[in-house]
Amino acid sequence: MGGGCGNQGAFALTRSWSKMSIMQAYANPTRFLNLTQPLVPWLWAVTIGLFATGLIMGWNAPPDYQQGETVRIMYVHVPAAWSAMMVYTIMAIASATGFIFRHPLADAAAKTAAPFGAVFTFLALVTGSIWGEPMWGTWWVWDARLTSMFVLFLLYLGYMAIWQAIEEPQRAARIAGIIAIAGFINIPIIKFSVDWWNSLHQPASVFRMDRPTIAPELLWPLLIMGLGYTFLFLVLHLTAIKTEITSRRIRQMRIANIREL
Amino acid sequence: MTRKQKRLMMLCAGLAVLAVAAGLVLYAMRDNIVFFYTPSDITEKAIPPGTRIRLGGLVEQGSFKKGEGAVVTFTVTDTLKTIPVTYTGQLPDLFREGQGVVTEGALDATGLFVADTVLAKHDENYMPKELADSLKEKGVWNEGKKP
Repeated sequence: MGGGCGNQGAFALTRSWSKMSIMQAYANPTRFLNLTQPLVPWLWAVTIGLFATGLIMGWNAPPDYQQGETVRIMYVHVPAAWSAMMVYTIMAIASATGFIFRHPLADAAAKTAAPFGAVFTFLALVTGSIWGEPMWGTWWVWDARLTSMFVLFLLYLGYMAIWQAIEEPQRAARIAGIIAIAGFINIPIIKFSVDWWNSLHQPASVFRMDRPTIAPELLWPLLIMGLGYTFLFLVLHLTAIKTEITSRRIRQMRIANIREL
Repeated sequence: MTRKQKRLMMLCAGLAVLAVAAGLVLYAMRDNIVFFYTPSDITEKAIPPGTRIRLGGLVEQGSFKKGEGAVVTFTVTDTLKTIPVTYTGQLPDLFREGQGVVTEGALDATGLFVADTVLAKHDENYMPKELADSLKEKGVWNEGKKP
């Protein structure tokens, strides 16, 4: 991990505070860690609580009038797809912040979000496929929703590949960031793909202009699972940012040691 | 203008251009991005017999008939136009009259759509069986019957 993560001076502990703006002061890595790390155990507790509640409620929810028991795949699939899009949005915002303010904490947040987003996307694709086989009669079709979701997966992989390919972290952050920001155009395409073009995938049931088209006893477990996924990402992301900051500091110390010799 | 403001402007301008470009591309390609054609599309475009296409719509109420062996016939409608379909093989679980369906195949000379694939299209409604039954009893909900 240490290779390619150094960012000379960016995370240095001894830095003049007088010239920093208020925003920069709060986004200082040490302050950020001091502020967020005590929350981590509590966030884990909330995450486990939400998952336990959501899974039990999902297990006990009545079967759908058409899909029968297969409807339960929704409780894994739909929150995974929501999270995949949410994580990408966070990654794009962090990248834009890094691009405009040249802030290494924003770059670290963007970099560490990508693998989680990729996993959520993969989970959505796989569970969707497992649902599609019995319900639609096919594992996969190239309709607008499925294709745009697959493109999202490729965007995550490409973004991660750029970080791996470019040695210098500031350069990697700029180039990967531009990919992340440009790729954001895919998010509204995913969301509205089922409205703009006819597709095999059904239109939105929850986030739509009128009221949700899911009966409340089926909807509640879904919303709780959605919250559970969100908190899971939050706690994992905070931990990953901490790891990233630490590994950059280790690299800086090593570089400093080499210079002394 | 500070460098930060400059970068912000650059980013906004870049995104705006990209959004317009993506919009134009998607608009130009809309006929290829759609997953299936409705019966109205097919009549309108006058697609020649033998061209492989996907036909989608609702299975018309009362149109489903079992033929010899695994042969089935039904009519696909978009409430404006209808196209008769014949298919040999296993139907997916969700195939019902009044429900969405996407079939793949080609029109023959007589205007009959010969399908070799039938996919069921699920709609956005999710509810427990009891609720669906009671809604049907009250006559406020009308869903197709399983063939």
